[in-house]
Amino acid sequence: MANDKRIDDATGVETVGHEWDGIEELNNPLPRWWLWTFYLCIVFAIGYAVVYPAIPLAHSGTKGLWGWSSRGQLANETAAAQAQRAPLIAKLAATPIEKLPDDPALMQAAVSGGRAAFRVNCVQCHGAGAAGVAGLYPNLNDDDWLWGGNLKEIEQTITHGIRQPGDDKTRNSLMPSFGRDSLLTGEQIADVTSYVRSLSGLEKGSASAARGAGLFAANCVACHGTDGKGLRQFGAPNLTDAIWLYGSSRDAIGATLTNAHAGVMPAWTSKLDPVTIKMLAAYVHSLGGGEDFAPAVVASGAPVPAAAPSAEASAHAKP
Amino acid sequence: MPSPEPGSGGALLYEKRQGVYPKAVDGPFRRFKWLWMALTLAVYYITPWLRWDRGPYAPDQAVLIDLAHRRFYMFSIEIWPHEFYFVAGLLIMAGIGLFLVTSAVGRAWCGYSCPQTVWTDLFQHVDRLIDGDRNAQIRLQKAPWTAEKIGKRALKWSIYLVISFWTGGAWIMYFADAPTLVREFWTGNAAPIAYSTVAVLTVTTFVLGGFMREQVCIYMCPWPRIQTAMLDEKSLTVTYKDWRGEPRGSVKQARQSSVPLGDCVDCNQCVAVCPTGIDIREGPQIGCITCALCIDACDGVMTQLGRPRGLIDYATLEGCAQEKAGGPPEAIVRTIFRPRTMIYLGVWAAIGAALLFALGVRRHLDISVAKDRNPPFMLMSDGSVRNAYTVKLRNMEGRPRDMVITLVGAPTAVMWSDDMPRSEASRALRRRVGADLAAAVRVYVIAPAGTPAQDITFTLRAQDEKSGVGAEADTHATRFDAPGETS
Repeated sequence: MANDKRIDDATGVETVGHEWDGIEELNNPLPRWWLWTFYLCIVFAIGYAVVYPAIPLAHSGTKGLWGWSSRGQLANETAAAQAQRAPLIAKLAATPIEKLPDDPALMQAAVSGGRAAFRVNCVQCHGAGAAGVAGLYPNLNDDDWLWGGNLKEIEQTITHGIRQPGDDKTRNSLMPSFGRDSLLTGEQIADVTSYVRSLSGLEKGSASAARGAGLFAANCVACHGTDGKGLRQFGAPNLTDAIWLYGSSRDAIGATLTNAHAGVMPAWTSKLDPVTIKMLAAYVHSLGGGEDFAPAVVASGAPVPAAAPSAEASAHAKP
Repeated sequence: MPSPEPGSGGALLYEKRQGVYPKAVDGPFRRFKWLWMALTLAVYYITPWLRWDRGPYAPDQAVLIDLAHRRFYMFSIEIWPHEFYFVAGLLIMAGIGLFLVTSAVGRAWCGYSCPQTVWTDLFQHVDRLIDGDRNAQIRLQKAPWTAEKIGKRALKWSIYLVISFWTGGAWIMYFADAPTLVREFWTGNAAPIAYSTVAVLTVTTFVLGGFMREQVCIYMCPWPRIQTAMLDEKSLTVTYKDWRGEPRGSVKQARQSSVPLGDCVDCNQCVAVCPTGIDIREGPQIGCITCALCIDACDGVMTQLGRPRGLIDYATLEGCAQEKAGGPPEAIVRTIFRPRTMIYLGVWAAIGAALLFALGVRRHLDISVAKDRNPPFMLMSDGSVRNAYTVKLRNMEGRPRDMVITLVGAPTAVMWSDDMPRSEASRALRRRVGADLAAAVRVYVIAPAGTPAQDITFTLRAQDEKSGVGAEADTHATRFDAPGETS
């Protein structure tokens, strides 16, 4: 190809000898400033290789005179971000969680921080939308709480976990495995199942349910209450509402009675600082089902479903 | 464009820039260029200082690109980020406008309006002011570095630097309140980006306008290539009418010559005045920015010699062929009004009209609803179904406005927001949105057990004391999900 060089007729300039479909390239010289720019780039590249990590060696590489590293940059930026957040963190640390709602701006900051922390620490079980997993992990969006749904109670649950071995203040209770431990016979379990399902209107009253009522009074009321609405101090769920973590079918309830569930959540106090836990509590509380502080909540369950929206709206009013 | 020295065989590694020292010239095109330069520079430097009253809630700068608050103000028009299509439309109009101008009057953009041309022209005037006209400049360039030369260079480059700094300084005024920014700039309180922008633009203006000049047009800029491709036989270009000028020779040579010579007296004035240093007599070329200064120079010489003007003139290839064949010169009007320019004009005007129409009918409030999809719905303890939405309200007027969000569809549902007690849930939420602001509201819609999944709509209505109740409304359709069926 290089032998195809010729002088172009129109311009009098030599071609470089390449030709594509009749289009040829003229061997015009570069402008001088362009060449200078090129040399400048070479000089810059050499300087860059000297001051920045550049040349790979057997095990690592040259460090560069300026000592820059991407990890170092990350550390600096993280430190800068933390310094920027420091006043907010200090304010959150100094504010008891009960006082958080009094400061809407701080509350909002806590919710934002909690959202980020939730994405890192909680989504593995509770899911990105905090909707939980049926049969395993509770949904945090709804208005039904096993261990309490005000800010303080949520903070307590996150801090000490549920049935976390080695934590004295952990939420703890254990439902007997009535079937496995032969506390109730198979027929009796079926009767209790009938009764429990009748509490929330899943089944109509029956002879089996009537028999179950007696068994329930003898075995279950200590934790679930005489009305079946549960007791939060034992994390005993409300059996009269529409929310069933472990399912509401006859089989599911029968299985629970036979082999009791005892869900576990880690105590986060060893992994997260108190401010992060506070932010997480604020976030979980903000998901739409958070409860206000009121002594009455402890004994509450949800009210019965209402037909009309206006009645329902007032029925949902928080005390 | 300079070519390599003969005999070098293209072996030179580089080509030195040939200095260009354009001679001062006077004439109609030069005067038009003066006027146009004054106008373009005035628009650039003065625009940020124009004030425009928008009431207490918005800046009073007539033209402002407020990046921090994501607003674009242009006199009575205010553009929000979601209305960016207006800016896109303006850019498309600018592009088609360039096509239109190029097809009608050739490379007029290059010759008159391009910032590179305007600033180079300005800097060349500075050259003449300090160093003198062409010959003095060439002499000074070749002269050794005496005290006088050093002094002149220092003075000239200082003036370059002042102009460059002003250029960079004016640019940042478009992005913040100009008087405030000037105060902050000189007291050291402006944002670092302001200083670095000024620094970069000062350096580029200094280098590109002061030293690179025609090299930018010839080597760097893609636009000459694009424009060259857009020219056709009906485009106006600056043309040397060789059939009239050749063979060229001085008046003296003409007297001695045995054959009659052309009108060109080979005085080289067209080359001397050229800001890009080309010889227009070599024919159309990429280095010609069609600034028409050679027309002024040549017309001056022709007038002195008592010959008709227009030896170098704006002409089309088609007109040239016609004239060469002995026909009359082509009327310029006919080259401007032809189908191609009319189509460009039509498209350009249609986009402009569409933008104006869109501007006229656009709403000054806006609702957009993002439904939670994870989880799509929530079953509550009483069996009722709750859906969550993030509702964004925009008030695009310069005063706070009361707005009402209403729920349309799902007749048994009610809604409340996360900043109010659920007991106050209803079918309508009232919100006050600040002047020129967007507000996000987290809305929960709850419906009794058994409500099926269905389409719902949120309607936003301004409770506007100025233009009457419910004068403006916007809607956003979305979905209410329920067990058994999700969207």
